[in-house]
Amino acid sequence: MKKALICAFPHTIPIFAGFWFLGMTYGIYMNVSGFSFWYPLIMSLTIFGGSLEFVAVSMLLSPFAPLQVFIMTLMIQARHLFYGISMLDKFKGMGWKKPYLIFGMCDETFSINYTAEIPENVDRGWFYFWVTLLNRFYWVSGATIGGILGNFITFNTKGLDFVMTAMFVVIFMEQWLKEKHHASEWIGLGSSVACLVLFGADSFLVPTMICILVLLTALQKPLKQKGEAVA
Amino acid sequence: MTLWQQAITILMCVLGTMLTRFLPFLVFSSRRPTPKYIQYLGQVLPGAIFAMLVVYCLRNVSPLQYSYGLPELIAIAVTIGLHLWKRQMLLSIAGGTVCYMLLVQWVFV
Repeated sequence: MKKALICAFPHTIPIFAGFWFLGMTYGIYMNVSGFSFWYPLIMSLTIFGGSLEFVAVSMLLSPFAPLQVFIMTLMIQARHLFYGISMLDKFKGMGWKKPYLIFGMCDETFSINYTAEIPENVDRGWFYFWVTLLNRFYWVSGATIGGILGNFITFNTKGLDFVMTAMFVVIFMEQWLKEKHHASEWIGLGSSVACLVLFGADSFLVPTMICILVLLTALQKPLKQKGEAVA
Repeated sequence: MTLWQQAITILMCVLGTMLTRFLPFLVFSSRRPTPKYIQYLGQVLPGAIFAMLVVYCLRNVSPLQYSYGLPELIAIAVTIGLHLWKRQMLLSIAGGTVCYMLLVQWVFV
């Protein structure tokens, strides 16, 4: 358990930097939008999904429309379906930790837990657990501090949010270097860029996911054969 | 909005999020073997997802307006270069980020 914590912590350092920065930005944004720090505290604890929480601020400021909020949430968060499918086997036999691991599986936590090479003498369940808990702690504390300090914070940290981009680039590379065939990576890149151009920054995720699913399904046979040839 | 309406709005966000996170695990129980097609998806999806997440981070970059996406392009090149060279995750991430911060604070102001 302790070993797993020591092993997991270094993996979460970039998230610490990114989440504190983004979390504080979110807290400050809520503060200047007229909400007390209780809002970012409760929302970051319960929703725990960065991009949705930012959107939720404007939804809280608009007229009451619960169904619309629910549908919007499903569209923004649909990518989590993919994370679940990828983690089905890895989370098997995790016992009481499993519901928490699923509950706290944001983009960053999924990416680390999926790609990290966990040493054999470290308990996988505890490793996943610590990554999930630490990341969540960074985000909630950042959001709350931002909500309390509000506009007292002056920014000379412009560009720090790039830490998240850099992290996903590195994780993407790790995935790339691990595999012999890169059809899936190319499909992901191509679909995302094409849908971004076609649908714009605010609504390209759902069409991208549909594209990826359709292409991967259509190419199931050749991709499977390639995979088997390697194995 | 009243306090209750706010609470319901936040609850909707929580419910929607949890639905997307828990659904795969509810549909494919761990007692029965996972269908072949879903196993296949679980294997090939991550590569595509990580690509999508990189693009998602860069979604607000506009290549036709000033700075033309150059700081992002340079910083990503530095990140990739560092990672190919040393393959130390933290070093590549820190190097790329510091490079980006220097670029947007001093070069592309």
